[in-house]
Amino acid sequence: MRIAVPREIVAGERRVATTPDVVQQLLKLGFEVSVEAAAGREAKFSDEAYVAAGAQLVEDTRALWRDADIVLKVRAPAEHPDLGIHEAELLGAGKTLIAFIWPGQNEDLMQRLAATGANVLAVDSVPRLSRAQKMDGLSSMANIAGYRAIIEAAAQFGRFFTGQITAAGKVPPAKVMIIGAGVAGLAAIGAAKSLGAIVRAFDTRPEVKEQVESMDAEFLELDFAEEGSGQGGYAKVMSKEFIEAEMALFAAQAREVDIIVTTALIPGKPAPKLITAAMVESMADGSVVVDLAAEQGGNCELTVPGEITQAHGVTIIGYTDLPIRLATQSSQLYGTNLRHLLTDLTPEKNGNIVIDMDDEVIRGATVIKDGEITWPPPTPKISAAPAQATPAAAPPPPVERKRNPWTAVALLAGGALALWSLGRVAPPDFMSHFTVFVLACFVGYQVIWNVKPALHTPLMSVTNAISGIIVIGALLQISSSSFLITLLAAIAILIASINIAGGFLVTQRMLRMFRK
Amino acid sequence: MASGIVTASYIIAAVLFILSLGGLSHPETARRGNAYGIAGMTIAIIATIFSNQVTDYVVLVMVMLIGGTLGVIVARRVQMTEMPELVAMLHSFVGLAAVLIGFATYIGGVDHYHGAERTIHEVEIYLGILIGAVTFTGSVIAFGKLRGKIDGKPMLLPGRHWMNLTIGVLCILIGIAFVGTGSIGWGVFLLAIMTLLAFAFGVHMVMAIGGADMPVVVSMLNSYSGWAAAATGFMLSNDLLIVTGALVGSSGAILSYIMCRAMNRHFLAVIAGGFGTSGSSDNAAYEGEVVAISAEETAELLREAKQVIIVPGYGMAVAQAQNTVFEITKALRERGKTVRFAIHPVAGRMPGHMNVLLAEARVPYDIVFEMDELNEDFPETDVVLVIGANDIVNPSAQDEPGSPIAGMPVLEVWKAETTVVLKRSMASGYAGVDNPLFFRDNTRMLFGDAKQSLDAVLAALHG
Repeated sequence: MRIAVPREIVAGERRVATTPDVVQQLLKLGFEVSVEAAAGREAKFSDEAYVAAGAQLVEDTRALWRDADIVLKVRAPAEHPDLGIHEAELLGAGKTLIAFIWPGQNEDLMQRLAATGANVLAVDSVPRLSRAQKMDGLSSMANIAGYRAIIEAAAQFGRFFTGQITAAGKVPPAKVMIIGAGVAGLAAIGAAKSLGAIVRAFDTRPEVKEQVESMDAEFLELDFAEEGSGQGGYAKVMSKEFIEAEMALFAAQAREVDIIVTTALIPGKPAPKLITAAMVESMADGSVVVDLAAEQGGNCELTVPGEITQAHGVTIIGYTDLPIRLATQSSQLYGTNLRHLLTDLTPEKNGNIVIDMDDEVIRGATVIKDGEITWPPPTPKISAAPAQATPAAAPPPPVERKRNPWTAVALLAGGALALWSLGRVAPPDFMSHFTVFVLACFVGYQVIWNVKPALHTPLMSVTNAISGIIVIGALLQISSSSFLITLLAAIAILIASINIAGGFLVTQRMLRMFRK
Repeated sequence: MASGIVTASYIIAAVLFILSLGGLSHPETARRGNAYGIAGMTIAIIATIFSNQVTDYVVLVMVMLIGGTLGVIVARRVQMTEMPELVAMLHSFVGLAAVLIGFATYIGGVDHYHGAERTIHEVEIYLGILIGAVTFTGSVIAFGKLRGKIDGKPMLLPGRHWMNLTIGVLCILIGIAFVGTGSIGWGVFLLAIMTLLAFAFGVHMVMAIGGADMPVVVSMLNSYSGWAAAATGFMLSNDLLIVTGALVGSSGAILSYIMCRAMNRHFLAVIAGGFGTSGSSDNAAYEGEVVAISAEETAELLREAKQVIIVPGYGMAVAQAQNTVFEITKALRERGKTVRFAIHPVAGRMPGHMNVLLAEARVPYDIVFEMDELNEDFPETDVVLVIGANDIVNPSAQDEPGSPIAGMPVLEVWKAETTVVLKRSMASGYAGVDNPLFFRDNTRMLFGDAKQSLDAVLAALHG
């Protein structure tokens, strides 16, 4: 099948849906790849690089779409400025489109795409399963946005992030508060930490505490018990009391920190307003707020989506195109996400995709199948968050072999009785040997339990060598006057000697290998 | 040499043997332990040679030199993967020696014993030969199975339990006849018949036991060889032999017990043989998809992981992959990743088999852990590499009470973020049980010979 990668047409979009590296891997899956001329230019991938990777360069947009079986895009189809038609019209039955679609927000587009009879897979609808993480384009973009948020903040902030003691005086480290420790929040924590800032993070979902702390940031906690984990690893709307406690925390933090990065989003709802105008006013002059939720209305009351504004001496960054500002990186990760999705779609690796609606991941991503809208999918079963709904299957109780205490007494009594009856008939000589035997058994029992399992093989080979002590029996017999006995003893000595020499030597060899 | 000095030497030797086994409680003291063993053996042999009973030195020195040289050659040449075979072979020697000494003792005459003493002496000879003979053929068969010269599958004759029972009863009957007999010729004949029966019993017993039960068999034979030495000690009224035999015997018994516990099986059930032949037909077919992975992708996973645990199994030994495993470990540790090894007690074909292989490959022993030490850490592990192991990582041991391996302690690898299983094909393990691990969402299968796959992973890691 032929994969086509058109140039993105939305104004300001600089990403591209595949990179030369990904092209090579797509070819390995058995696909042919066509790339529209200049598709990767803005993301710093030259046409030559695509050709060198094995892609075909196509100048004519219509021809590119016409010959394609699969179209990879970043943005959802839109009016084409050069051709004067909508990209959806270039699609047709039997073709498959993979892009960010946002079916929930774009009902008209969905109808339009369905009318073409094509298959549409929405990268934004890939379910949040651990298996699907590698295809999760949203996570990739969020990661980049989180990183870039800190870079933008650093560019606007008038001081170092890291603390320094210089000849010219002491510089305190910047204090950064991150609200929402999702993928973007964690990426922001990582970037801010590596610049040397003091980082605190807040999230309504308690299970992310460990993740925050694992990145060496402080996790801000409310003195309030309420679970904020919603379905599919996202946060949910919290109660009024909770929000009040939360706002009090933010107000207190706002007076203290230099940078606030907000990433709070609730699926299908406008972004919650968490940073009020009063909080912004309380921040020190020169502070920076980065609002990653700007596209959904913003977490900060004063955010202007898409712009940098100043208010009360605080810079508020409302960029909505943070991933685009790192177009090379975003294209790389997005391209790899698509490649993973295509790998799952091509189980035979023969360049033919199979849209298997029984596969939970593919089912979730497929929003239109053969012209029929299949969104929203049935609720996914497993969440990336620690599952409360799926209790771990209780392991079967260990088989207990409890002995009746009387059995032990009976065994002991029986043993003693047997010994007594043996002692009555056996000569004293035998009994003294028997004493030695029993005691030696117990010594062996005590000693062997201390042997480490790692040394069980050397234990066996050394006991092998030691049991070669049987040679003594043969040694005592070899001087017999009977030839037969001498012969038997000689053979016994021969093989027992092999045992002794071989056993000790091989043990030595083995033990020499054990080292720290 | 006066007999008092000989006895004193024997006491010293016995103490040294105990110290030798005690030294094995830690890798650092283990080498000293082996030295104690050598010292004890030297003292015991020298004392015996210079005791009054030994007068003919020529033959003695000659055969000892030949035997010793052969031993040295074998010990030098043996590959660490062949350790189970070597151990089985050495067991058979002890068994054979016990048989020979038993016959020699009997031919040497029992006339200077009378009454109960004589009866006991004859019983001692009889038992010594019996145990020795079973040990001998059992070990030879075990050796053949481990070498692959004999089919590793359990050989199940119809009515095998009855056959064993018959042999047992016959041995008792012959024993009763033997103890009463006055003529040496007739006695030797009875002994020979019994020896043949015992040989047959040893063959039959080990033939019925399958490949993965070998850790139990090898330790059991280890135990038998000890009891054979102890019986010889009784026969010759030699306390050193009794002590040593008892030490070795109890050591082997404990090892057998540990191995059985690690498989959640009864010792008698293992010896009765035929594991995996029942109950495997009613396995539920597991739902789900097997996801294959390439060596490059495995390397990628490892490169991104922080916590890695490697679970080696018999497949690693078969493919001789331990050196590559170490190279990968080294490469990962150099990148600051935590790499640890988890060893199941019955991984491989004898107790401690994996540890020796890893030690041979120069894996430091402080990153090699036992099952119980690591089982709780799997949830925090990013990548688990399962190399040629199957039943010891099978979750159905915990989830399915009806499974043939239900209740067997297993390494909970499926709790890790991702588990990569190196395997030649989708064939089921020794127990004949399908492994639902392969169908889990977070399991990836890297098919192929373990050595070649790991070489490719290593190349991809460096590349």
